[in-house]
Amino acid sequence: MTEEIAIQTNELTKKFGDLVAVDKVSFDVKKGEIFGFLGPNGAGKTTTIRMLCTLTRPTDGTATVADLDIKKDDHEVRGHIGLVSEKLIMYDRLTAYENLKLFAKLYNLSKDQMEKKIDELLKLVHMEKWKDKQIGTYSTGMKQRINVIRALLNEPEILFLDEPTLGLDPQSTAEIREFIRKLNTELNTTIILTTHMMVEADMLCDRLGIIDRGKIVALDTPENLKKMISGNDNLVTEMNIPNLTNTMVETLQACECVKTISRLDNTKIKVQANGDDAFDIILDTVRAGGGKITSVKNLEPTLEDVFLHITGREVRDQANVKQRAENRGPDGHSMGGGGNRRVR
Amino acid sequence: MKAKQLLSHSAWICWKDLLEFARSKMALVMLLLMPLFMMIMVGFIFPDSAAMMEDVPIALVDLDSGPMGENFTMQLEGLNEQTGMMVLSGATDIEDIRTQIYAGDIDGGIVIPANFTQNIMAGQQGTIIIMTDQSNPQLSMQTQQALSYVIDEMGTYAAIGMLSASDSNTTLATVQPYTVEIEDLVEGDPSYFQFVAPGIMAMVVMMSLMTGLPHAISYEKDTGTLDGMLVAPIHRLAIILGKVLAQTTRGMIQGILILLLAMLLFGVVIYGNILIVLLIMLLTVLSFVGLGILVTSFTDKEETASMIMMTMMFPMMFLGGVFFPIEQMPGFMQTISSVLPLTYATSAMRKVMILGAGMGDITTEILFMVIFGLVFLLISVPMFKRAMNK
Ligand SMILES: Nc1ncnc2c1ncn2[C@@H]1O[C@H](COP(=O)(O)OP(=O)(O)OP(=O)(O)O)[C@@H](O)[C@H]1O
Ligand SMILES: [Mg+2]
Repeated sequence: MTEEIAIQTNELTKKFGDLVAVDKVSFDVKKGEIFGFLGPNGAGKTTTIRMLCTLTRPTDGTATVADLDIKKDDHEVRGHIGLVSEKLIMYDRLTAYENLKLFAKLYNLSKDQMEKKIDELLKLVHMEKWKDKQIGTYSTGMKQRINVIRALLNEPEILFLDEPTLGLDPQSTAEIREFIRKLNTELNTTIILTTHMMVEADMLCDRLGIIDRGKIVALDTPENLKKMISGNDNLVTEMNIPNLTNTMVETLQACECVKTISRLDNTKIKVQANGDDAFDIILDTVRAGGGKITSVKNLEPTLEDVFLHITGREVRDQANVKQRAENRGPDGHSMGGGGNRRVR
Repeated sequence: MKAKQLLSHSAWICWKDLLEFARSKMALVMLLLMPLFMMIMVGFIFPDSAAMMEDVPIALVDLDSGPMGENFTMQLEGLNEQTGMMVLSGATDIEDIRTQIYAGDIDGGIVIPANFTQNIMAGQQGTIIIMTDQSNPQLSMQTQQALSYVIDEMGTYAAIGMLSASDSNTTLATVQPYTVEIEDLVEGDPSYFQFVAPGIMAMVVMMSLMTGLPHAISYEKDTGTLDGMLVAPIHRLAIILGKVLAQTTRGMIQGILILLLAMLLFGVVIYGNILIVLLIMLLTVLSFVGLGILVTSFTDKEETASMIMMTMMFPMMFLGGVFFPIEQMPGFMQTISSVLPLTYATSAMRKVMILGAGMGDITTEILFMVIFGLVFLLISVPMFKRAMNK
């Protein structure tokens, strides 16, 4: 049974002073799967990854990676993993080749092994022509390609990717996602990735842990998670109301059956509600407030709705309502506050 | 096997650091500019040119009753008439000069000792004693330098006259009939550059470890690249060792640049063995490496690192005897000086470079640097390992 498990955590906890960044998190990752962590900024995704990569010591709890204890056998764990972290692990003044060479040497590759491996990896991401150019001259997407293959020099069984597509344009994003999938299917690499992009989580991950304020609030396949709220009494609907006012949104929010409201733009809102007569109540409330509904669209629930459903609509959702409209990236669904672009 | 890997890893990390460094134009310019700037600054603060002196009150005592003393006095007066450097007055003996200096009447004195004529007649060098007001180190240094320069010039002049009629056996006495002895001076040669160059060399080595090392680590921590090394299965010490090697190389290059600048532009001469000079530089590295690592382990962010460094460096720079002789400092500061490795590095460097001292003369300094270095390494290495594992 343990053969099948790549990572196992048991009440893993990390505190920074009073702040509990990761709160008694327990989960398993099976060998060969793509496991995703989905959560807003500050949820604790990076901290969890850093603990599993032996970069930060857990305050409490245990975890094994490749059957090795992350606290006791930290040195051994490092031989089995690769990390693509939030920040680029690359030196701008070195060429791609020199960067890769440094890390190959740190992983004790012999000269022949190194040359072969570097060539092979560069080819994989179509960067052979650029290998002798300094990283500083690369575009963000090119940097990330080198950054990703750097983590593969030691042919890791388990690869950690922390927001691998953050700050990339749609084309580079698609390339990196395809590359991740290819690694998983062709080399059977176990992959743990974090993201705050719903679409990314949905399309890439075999299983998904939704993490919020340091806790895993749901863990299942994307399909099952979505099913959770697509039952009969759950409703996700998008309405166009040209004379939409804040008062209308507030009265709707006050309704018993309404779970969350997001304001998509000046005239459009998306309402998540439950209860048999929820749809009627919503329409009535809007009309009673003087709202003129020009169109209504009932939607398939997305992971975003799942997240809103699970975490409820409290103080932080108010902020989300405001930000969401601005934060819609090319991927459509992006969650939580922005402002965490990759610096460099 | 493990040790070999550790060394190999640190060598590659050092390679990476030096490569980055060599490709940073700014860093290269600073490498050259900093020493040059420092030497020039020092040169301006402590002017060394005799031409800058004017009407300095100096007492002249001729204790020698022979013709050579008289000759010297005449030469000095003649030269002074042309340059207007000094205002010459008289004094009865060395004690009198001392009293007059204490009273502030004169800034220095020139003494022609009793056996001056006799020595020169015997084919030896004639010694001239120079005394200066040491309570004012700049002026003292300046006066000394100017006087030494003047006496040197006069010596050359006298030598020309003596060459033809020479029957003496000492060539030195012919070429340089007058030699200067500086009374009550702390140590070394009168040139201020000669005095500060060894200290500055020790200081840049110190700086490369005390600022370069924490900066190198905290910079990588801030940008996130340090994680790449930490997540690799390498010994934590390989990281710090690699950085130490790189910083040492940089510090040594800079130290040698200073030496070359001092020699080429400022006429500094090394009297001792250059290999011992290099050895002292390495020992300076050793004595500061632990302290550098310690500070590195305590600093999370680059800014904090820089701030801590600055607060630690300044006292060291000024109390380490680089710019002023320690003997001129108040007692409690001398006590602080006596526990700073820079003091010993500077002292050893100065003894070797200026006085031509050998290994045997600097054992105290070497011992202190080695012990200080080892103690701080023992404290800092576990600290560093812990800090990397937070
Ligand atoms: N070194 C640290 N010291 C103090 N607090 C920290 C530290 N690292 C993270 N935190 C805090 O822990 C919480 C979780 O942070 P973490 O970086 O794990 O979030 P995240 O899910 O990766 O968010 P993001 O989407 O912004 O990357 C945050 O509140 C953060 O401020
Ligand atoms: Mg993060």
